[in-house]
Amino acid sequence: MKKTIDLNGKSYSVVPEVATIQQLLEHLGLSDRILIVEKNKEILQKDHYDAPIMDRDQIEIIHFVGGG
Amino acid sequence: MTGKYSRQELFAPIGPVGQQLIREAKVFVLGAGALGSSGAEMLVRAGVGELTIVDRDILEWTNLHRQQLYTEQDVIDQLPKAIAAESRLRAINSDVKIRGIVADVTPENVLDLFEGHQFILDGTDNIETRLLANDAALQLGIPFFMGACVGSYGLTFPIGVKEGSPCLHCLLEALPPQSLTCDTVGVISPIVVTTAARQTAELLKCITGAQMEPRLESVDLWTGERAAMDVHSMKKSSCPSCSDSPTYPYLSANEIMRTAVLCGRDTVQLTWPKNRQVELLPFADSIRGIVSNLKQNPYLVSCEYNAHRLVLFRDGRMLVHGTKDIMVARKIVAGLMG
Repeated sequence: MKKTIDLNGKSYSVVPEVATIQQLLEHLGLSDRILIVEKNKEILQKDHYDAPIMDRDQIEIIHFVGGG
Repeated sequence: MTGKYSRQELFAPIGPVGQQLIREAKVFVLGAGALGSSGAEMLVRAGVGELTIVDRDILEWTNLHRQQLYTEQDVIDQLPKAIAAESRLRAINSDVKIRGIVADVTPENVLDLFEGHQFILDGTDNIETRLLANDAALQLGIPFFMGACVGSYGLTFPIGVKEGSPCLHCLLEALPPQSLTCDTVGVISPIVVTTAARQTAELLKCITGAQMEPRLESVDLWTGERAAMDVHSMKKSSCPSCSDSPTYPYLSANEIMRTAVLCGRDTVQLTWPKNRQVELLPFADSIRGIVSNLKQNPYLVSCEYNAHRLVLFRDGRMLVHGTKDIMVARKIVAGLMG
């Protein structure tokens, strides 16, 4: 089944090969960044990035940047 | 009501009482680049009592598209940002006591610089200095309003505004090996203004005694993505910066010459320890015959040497333009100064 999630406030269609948070981060090219992930309003610890992505999950990702 | 701050006082959450609190506030702006320019201008227009703005850099043409306090003439005059900012901010609001300081914020001077201020606005351009400021602000018990932006993306996080909330060190754990900078992905001015506006709004809320939340927020103005997280669960009881027995690791001074690659520029900064600093005038005299385009003013000496532009500041720092390679910069300076 095709999964659609809410990613940083926008509707996002998850490609079939992305099943977990870690795979989503890799797919988005964010896996080597310093970041914080929230899934359905709960902060996700790094050792829980293998959590599965379900249809309609609400996911927020904030990554740290240097500039200013 | 026709007073300078009447429209701000009419805003009910501030009112005359809040305006008086703003009037009494002493604010430190860490960096006079893009975020620092924008935040400082808002705070000065809001009528804070005192504002100190510190920056290590001089103005470049590449700054003008986003650093709103500066003019083309400031760049032609090669003014340090802190000096140009001070002058412009004074012209904006003579009620505010404004002080611009040309200095690099380091473990050695950060506590002295922050001391005597009640709020710190982040206008720095790198995560290392943010972690240094985080430690210093926590040690002194001063709220620190973090902000960062590159491209069209920015994030903000207020630190030390609510009991039991995490600090920047809790969120980051360790310095990232590499982070995105204006140098690698560029930056547009709307995200600067948006990020600075969020930082400044939180700071004004804190001054006026509003209920504060340790919320980490981000926005991308180009894609429309946004996020806001309540991060209180990330508070670490073992954090070296904000636990019950903190060691403030980023405040540990470094006695050797420090180097940094500057954000947004093809430039390396070298900083000599205090006991090895050179005087500007004798230095200018000593290199007159071997460099070209030698210029000096009370704040700095600049010249061209081996196809690189060098700028030496009074406080013992040198910028080597035209390279991102620290070893190349060290070699050029060693070639000139031994």
